[in-house]
Amino acid sequence: MKSLRRFFARLSGYATRRAHDERLREEIAEHIALQSAENIRAGLAPVEARRQAILKFGGREAMKEEYRAERGLLFFENFAGDLRFALRMLRKSPGFTAVAVVTLAMAIGANAVVFGVLNALILHPLHVPQAESLYGIQHGEEASSYQSYPDYLDLRDRNRSFDDLAAYDGAQVGLDAGEDPSRVWIILASGNYFDVLRVQPFLGRFFHASDEHGPNSAPYIVLSYTFWHTHFQDDRGVVGRVVQVNKHPFTILGVAPPGFNGTLVFFNPGFFVPLVNQEQVEGVNDLSARGKRFIFMTMGHLKQGVTRTQAIADLNSIGSYLEKAYPKDDEQRTFTLARPSLYGDYLGKPVRAFMTGLMLLSGLILLAACANLGSLFGARAADRSREVALRLALGASRARILRQLFTEAMLLSLMGGALGLWGSFLLMGGLSAWQPFSRWPIQLPVNPDANVYGVALLLTLASGFLFGAVPVRQVLRTNPYEIIKASSRGSTSGRVTARELALVVQIAICALLVTSSVVAVRGLLHSLHSDLGFEPRNAMLADTDLSMGGYSGERALQMQKRMIEAVVAIPGVQSVGLIDWAPLVSGGNIGSLVFADATTDLRSANAAADSFLFGISPEYFRAAHTAVLSGRTFTWHDDENAPRVAVINQEFARRVFGSPANAMGEYFKRPDGTRLQVVGIVENGKYGSLTEDPCPAMFLPFLQSPSTQTYLAVRSDRDPGQLAAAIRSTMRNLDAGLPVYMGPWNQELGTTLFGSRMAAITLGVMGVIGAMLSITGIFGMAAYSVSKRLRELGIRMALGAQHKEVLQAALGRAFKLLGIGSAAGLLLGILASRVLASIVYQATPRDPVVLAGVVVAMLGLGLLATWIPARRALAIDPAILMRED
Amino acid sequence: MVLKTLDVLGSLHGYGIARRIEQISGDLLAVNQGTLYPVLLKLEQEGVIASEWGASENNRRARFYRLTREGRKQLRLETQDWEQTAAIIGRFFAAKAEDLS
Repeated sequence: MKSLRRFFARLSGYATRRAHDERLREEIAEHIALQSAENIRAGLAPVEARRQAILKFGGREAMKEEYRAERGLLFFENFAGDLRFALRMLRKSPGFTAVAVVTLAMAIGANAVVFGVLNALILHPLHVPQAESLYGIQHGEEASSYQSYPDYLDLRDRNRSFDDLAAYDGAQVGLDAGEDPSRVWIILASGNYFDVLRVQPFLGRFFHASDEHGPNSAPYIVLSYTFWHTHFQDDRGVVGRVVQVNKHPFTILGVAPPGFNGTLVFFNPGFFVPLVNQEQVEGVNDLSARGKRFIFMTMGHLKQGVTRTQAIADLNSIGSYLEKAYPKDDEQRTFTLARPSLYGDYLGKPVRAFMTGLMLLSGLILLAACANLGSLFGARAADRSREVALRLALGASRARILRQLFTEAMLLSLMGGALGLWGSFLLMGGLSAWQPFSRWPIQLPVNPDANVYGVALLLTLASGFLFGAVPVRQVLRTNPYEIIKASSRGSTSGRVTARELALVVQIAICALLVTSSVVAVRGLLHSLHSDLGFEPRNAMLADTDLSMGGYSGERALQMQKRMIEAVVAIPGVQSVGLIDWAPLVSGGNIGSLVFADATTDLRSANAAADSFLFGISPEYFRAAHTAVLSGRTFTWHDDENAPRVAVINQEFARRVFGSPANAMGEYFKRPDGTRLQVVGIVENGKYGSLTEDPCPAMFLPFLQSPSTQTYLAVRSDRDPGQLAAAIRSTMRNLDAGLPVYMGPWNQELGTTLFGSRMAAITLGVMGVIGAMLSITGIFGMAAYSVSKRLRELGIRMALGAQHKEVLQAALGRAFKLLGIGSAAGLLLGILASRVLASIVYQATPRDPVVLAGVVVAMLGLGLLATWIPARRALAIDPAILMRED
Repeated sequence: MVLKTLDVLGSLHGYGIARRIEQISGDLLAVNQGTLYPVLLKLEQEGVIASEWGASENNRRARFYRLTREGRKQLRLETQDWEQTAAIIGRFFAAKAEDLS
C-alpha cells in the first residue's frame, strides 16, 4: 500500500521533475541563508558565517543526486536517456542501422511465417469444439483411411470407443443455381457429420442422421460460409431454395459457420451433401458394395476416459470380425488413429517433418543473423572503446555502460522485429489467399493469432539479447587507463579464426543457394519451351464432365460429336481435338496394363508394359500438334462396330514390340482380353509430369473407348480472351446447364509446373536470405578489420600509399574469404543440381548463364557488403587520425 | 526524530527541523544537514508529512513541513515500538547473573 503510494508519487515526481528541482534549489538557499544568519548572530563575520553554513550543510551535489533518486523513477529516466542516446547513435550510422534492421526483419519474419504455418497446420488446425479428442480412423498397415460404406456402418455401430462416427468423401459436381453453372468441389458427408463435429449452423439448419432414409433420400445442401459469400452474395433468403446438382434438384438447408471448411485443413469445399445421395452426385451407387472403398475418411470424438490404445484395440477386434465375416472383400483389417486435419499420417507425417525441418532451418538463420550482427556490433563497440574508457574513467559503472549497449541492441531488434512481423503478416495474408491449383479448392488458411505474435516478440527480444551480448566481454575487459594512454589494439594475426570459418561456411551456403536458384529458374524457363509431345501454346483447353449435365452412354457420345462440330465452326479455329485426359493437366491418368498378343495368362505379372491410356477424337493429333511418325490416325469410322485399333507412341512400340518398325499392324491385348491393332505411331511426349522418363502411351478412338470426361483442345491464333468467350457461348447454346472450365493450355500446365515453381521460389527466397546473411557477415568482418587497423592505415596513407593499396590492406582478407566461400558454394551447387533435376525439368548447371550469374551475384554481394567499410578506409585523414591519438 | 520534532513544534521548515534535532540531541548528532532533505521527501511521498510554502522568520519564502493525521498514527506506532524495544534492551542490561539462577 505504502510502496504503491510511493510509486505514484515518484511517477508524478518524474513528470514534474523541473518544478521539483526548482523547489529543492530554493530550499537549499533558504537553509543556508538561515544558518548564515544564525552564525552571524553567534558572532562570525558574514563571509565566514556563510562558509560555515555551507560546510555544515555538506556535499550539495551528492545530496541533490540522492534527492533526485528518491524523487523520480531513476530507472526510467536512465532508460529514456539511453534510448535517446541509442537513437542518436543509430542515426549517425544509417548504413549499419539499415543492414541490421533488414537482416533482423528477414530472419524474424521468416521465423514468424514458418511458425505461422506450423501453427495453422499442426498446432491449431481445426476450428471445431474439443478438437483434441477428434480422431480419424486410419489403416494399420498403410497411411490411408479409405473405407467402404458397409464397413463404415459396421465400424460406427459396433465400436464402443467413439461417441459417434462420421464419414465423408470429396467429389466434384456441376451446380446450376439459375445463372452461370459452375463446377464445385463438395463433401459427401454422413448424416451425423455436423453432429459428430459439434458445429452449429450459421444460418438455417444442418442435415442430421434422421434425414437419411436410404439411397437418394436426402437431397439437401449445406453451403460453406465462403461459398455462400462468393456465390450467393450473403443472401439470407437462400435457405429453402432449390438448386440443380448434376441436374438433380437439391434444397439448400443452411450455411455452415465461418471458418468451418470440413476437417481437411487445406481443402475448401463449396458445400456439403448427404452421403446417401451418392448416386445423384457421382453417378454410381456404392452404398452396399463392401469392396468399394470410396469413403475418404471416418472420424469421431473418443468417449471420455477411453485412451487411444483402448480405442485401437476395440477397432481391431471389429476388424478381425470383418475379416471373418467377409473374407472376399475384407482382407487384413487393422486400424490405428490419426489426426484428421492432414489426412492422418499420409500428409501429416511428411508435413510435420517438413515443417519441423523448416522451423529448425529458420531458427538457424536467425542464429546466424545474430552471430553476424553480434560481430558487427562488436566492431562498433571496438570503435567506441575510447568513449567507453572515458565514461568508465569518469565513474560510470560497467553495468550502466552495458545497459546502454543493450538498449541499443534491443532498439535495433525491436525495429527489425516490427518490420519482420509486418512483412510476415503481409506474406501470411498472401499465403491464405493463394490458390496454387486453379482447378482444386486448395488453400492454406494461415491466420496469425496471439501465438504467432508472442513467438515473434520472444524471438525479437531473444535475438536482441543475443547479439547485444557479444561485446559484453569486450566492455568488461576494458581498462580505461590502457586505452586512453595508448589506444593499442592487437595486430591482425594470420590465423584463421572460428568466426572467419563460420563466415566462409555462410558464404558457401549462400553461393550454393544462389547457384541452385539460378539453375532452377533457368530450368523452369527451359521447360516451358521444351518438347512435350504437344504444343500448349496458342491452344485453348475447354473441359467439362458430361455426367454433370446428366449425360451418359450414347447420349454422351452424341453430345461430344455436337460439341466438336460446333467449336470447329467458330471463326478463327483451325482444329479441334477431343481427349478424355489432357496430358500434364488432368493428372492421375489411371492407365492400363498391356500384354503381348501371345500372352494368354493375363495376370499383372505377365504384362508387357503399364501404359497411359487416352481416348481421342480423329482430329486430336492435329489440334495438339503431335507428330504422327507412321501409319494413320483415327477416322469417324473407327466406331464401336469397327475393329479395335490403337495409335501408340515410340516408347510403347519399343517396350512391347522391340522397335517402331516391328509394331505397325501388330496386335496387343488389354487386361480384359480385347485385341487391338496398332494402326499408327506418334512421337513420345510428357503425360504425367515434366520430369518423367519416356513412358508408353496408347491412344484409342473415343468412339471405342467412351468417357464422360471431355477436354477440347482448340487450336487457334485468336486472342485467348475472345476465343474463350466464343467457345463459352457456343457451349451454352448446346446446353446451358453444363459447367465448362476453360483456359489457355500453357496456363493449365501450372499444376505440373507447381513443383518446379515452388522449388525456384523457395530457393530464391532462401538465396536472398543467405545473401543477406553473407552481407552482414562480410560487412561485420570488414568493418571490424578497418576499425582495428585504422591507425596502421592512416600511417600507410601518410607515407604515401595509394587507394588501391589501402583497400587491399583493409579488405583483402574479406574478399579472400568471399572468394573461397563462393568457389566452394558453386562447386556444391553444381553437385546439388543432380538432386534438383528430379524436381525441375532440365536443370543443369553446365550453362554459361548460370556460372556467370552466380559469379556476378557473389561479386555484387561482396561490393555491397564492403562499400561502407571501404569508404571509411578511404576517408581516413592521416592528419586528424594522428592528432586524435 | 523528524516526526517527533514536528509533533512537538508543529509546522516547521527544513532548517528549523535540522536545528531542533541538533539542539535536542545536544549537538551529539551533527550530521550533514543536507541529508535531511531526501528523508523529508521520502516521508512526504509516504504521506506521513505534508508541505507547503510559507514565510520564514525573516520573511523569506520557505517550505514548511507538518505532520498529517496518518503521520501522527505512524508516530504513535513507532513510539510504542521503540519504547518496547528500549524496555527489552534495558531489561537485558539490568539483568545480573544472580537474577537468572
